[in-house]
Amino acid sequence: MKKTLLSAAIGAAVLGFASAASAATLDTVKSKGFVQCVVNTGLAGFAAPDASGNWSGFDVDYCKAVAAAIFNDATKTKYTPTTSQTRFTALQSGEGDVLFRNTTWTINRDTALGFNFRTVNYYDGQGFMVPKSLNVKSALELSGAAVCVQSGTTTELNLADYFKANKLEYKPVVYEKLPEVNQAYQEGRCDVYTTDQSGLYSLRLSLSNPDEHIILPEIISKEPLGPAVRQGDDQWFDIVSWTHYALVQAEEFGITKANVDDIRKSSTNPDVRRFLGVEKDTKIGTDLGLTNDWAYNIIKAVGNYGEVFERNIGQNTPLKIQRGLNALWTKGGLQYAPPIR
Amino acid sequence: MTDHAAIAPSEARTLRSYVYDPKIRGIFFQVLTLVIVVGVGWWIFDNTVANLARSGTASGYQFLKGRAGFDIGASLIEYSSDSTYGRAILVGFLNTILVAFFGIITATAIGFIIGIGRLSKNWLIAKLCTVYVEVFRNIPVLLIIFFWYKGVLSSLPQVRDSVKLPLGMVLNNRGLAFPKPVWGDAAWVIPVALLIAVVAAFIVARWAKQRQMRTGQQFHTIWTVTGLIIGLPVLAFLAVGAPLTFDFPIAGRFNLSGGSVIAPEFVALYLALSFYTASFIAETIRAGIRAVAKGQSEAAAALGLQPSTTTRLVIVPQAMRVIIPPLTSQYLNLTKNSSLGIAVGFPELVATGGTTMNQTGQAIEVVSIWLVVYLSISITTSLFMNWFNAKMALVER
Repeated sequence: MKKTLLSAAIGAAVLGFASAASAATLDTVKSKGFVQCVVNTGLAGFAAPDASGNWSGFDVDYCKAVAAAIFNDATKTKYTPTTSQTRFTALQSGEGDVLFRNTTWTINRDTALGFNFRTVNYYDGQGFMVPKSLNVKSALELSGAAVCVQSGTTTELNLADYFKANKLEYKPVVYEKLPEVNQAYQEGRCDVYTTDQSGLYSLRLSLSNPDEHIILPEIISKEPLGPAVRQGDDQWFDIVSWTHYALVQAEEFGITKANVDDIRKSSTNPDVRRFLGVEKDTKIGTDLGLTNDWAYNIIKAVGNYGEVFERNIGQNTPLKIQRGLNALWTKGGLQYAPPIR
Repeated sequence: MTDHAAIAPSEARTLRSYVYDPKIRGIFFQVLTLVIVVGVGWWIFDNTVANLARSGTASGYQFLKGRAGFDIGASLIEYSSDSTYGRAILVGFLNTILVAFFGIITATAIGFIIGIGRLSKNWLIAKLCTVYVEVFRNIPVLLIIFFWYKGVLSSLPQVRDSVKLPLGMVLNNRGLAFPKPVWGDAAWVIPVALLIAVVAAFIVARWAKQRQMRTGQQFHTIWTVTGLIIGLPVLAFLAVGAPLTFDFPIAGRFNLSGGSVIAPEFVALYLALSFYTASFIAETIRAGIRAVAKGQSEAAAALGLQPSTTTRLVIVPQAMRVIIPPLTSQYLNLTKNSSLGIAVGFPELVATGGTTMNQTGQAIEVVSIWLVVYLSISITTSLFMNWFNAKMALVER
């Protein structure tokens, strides 16, 4: 207890004067009129601001979906860009309501760090990228290489474990911010770039000569990326989780941004009618603390999971990422929503 | 009559007189200040405890014993991903000390040269030194770090086009690799010889000074001392059969292997801190020398001292008294500015601590460690410089 008191006393000035009152997050969000999302400082396809400061990307669409579910207005969002080192402190200290920042769900983060994870909106795994000129075919040939990595990530830990397990040597070149890692790789400060494969695809685009780099076949870790919220507010946790499930379920039903209005009018399928809030006496939405057309609002604003995926990172985008593990369970992937009833 | 009332016993005191009593007022305001300070302190404390409890994070310093799991690029001590978080922070701390130590030495050397240069009678030298000071003093130190790192060092050749330098050294954009000395078994004799040489040099210097005081005869102390300190270890080295081999850097598939490497991150931070702080030190030196009255050097000349002796025995000792206190501040600034190393990925205290904070979520504990460590470094530097200042201060008789 003595240590607790000491650290608390010293740290008080540091953490600032975040209010001790813990009102329900939904009420706070409603009263301030927008959802504050903690996002990446800039990762093409996932969360990045354009020249005029408008954010877009996979994670950003999730933030918009939550705003649409609450306010029926996807523009009621604000973003807190964070580095991998500052993201957790930002969420802990209340600088954001929810973390949508390609963050890996681990037990440590789910327990000791005081967050709650439930959904995985992107199944990822850590990979390696190297210049083609090095003529490397497998990660097992990388002994002695200098590896660029971002600090404070699970990537950094997996890297250490993978090289140790395979008895390979390496020289870590560690930076706090993504642009610095990118630049160092491009300038040849290191031979290998490692991060989640989605990140590697995104990053390869930003290189001056994307074709001269290859992504090695090995995936050395499981990186289930998903949203996180602070512990202790189940209602808010439910809203964020079911926003993801609604997106997945919509894809399973075949409901898209374009046909959602028609389906809502004409569908006779009770599952669909319940989902879109038109079944008589349904109270799924109100039980969540929202309105019954919450799922309709989400689809209307951002489309279904497949649309969000394809629009930001799919085959028609520069990233050209395959659905792979992120296909629906009916199509051999892992995306699966519990019954909405 | 009023005088009489003030001295008279309190029978005449009213409430009003208490309000206007300076002593009572003083006590009142002190108590008020104390209550406010304690109140705010308590509020901060209570708020933090409540926030910690709410966020569900464990507190305390137990996490320092956990396995770190991440690697660090540059370390002075043995470190691997199996080491503890505490050791990771220690590695960062030693790197901070390393860059601060070399930075302070270099900044002082450059600062002295530039500071004296600005006072030079040679127009070109004086102006060049002025330009140096104005340029480096007016650019944020972070930009100077970036200048060195991204402007200068990253434009060095790629690893596969490394430049081979004499003595087996290799230069590329991953740093300067040089042969690592590998000492043999009998090498312990050499530091012992060095120690003996230093002690002997000290005795010689003391003897020479006493003799000069007594008889006025001068002794070539500098040469003798230099000879001792260099010569004795060299003799010892040769005597035990030169137990030294080198581990040369050789080109591997990706990197150089073998040898030691000075990483560009360290060099960028070290040079930037040195150049930046040197501009301030130069001004401090100039101010110190200017502060010595002209009459002092005139008086020394009148006594027949040579210009070099005048500088050494009359001007510098007096200037030092003005120089040391602000110099201390510059040293402290340099040490604290070393935390900017995180911008170029140099694993100093803030960098390794930041990673630890991120992996464990113990933000408050890590920040408290940062505060305590920087405070301790600064206080230690201050104490040393105060001691040095007291030694240099004017001894009044």
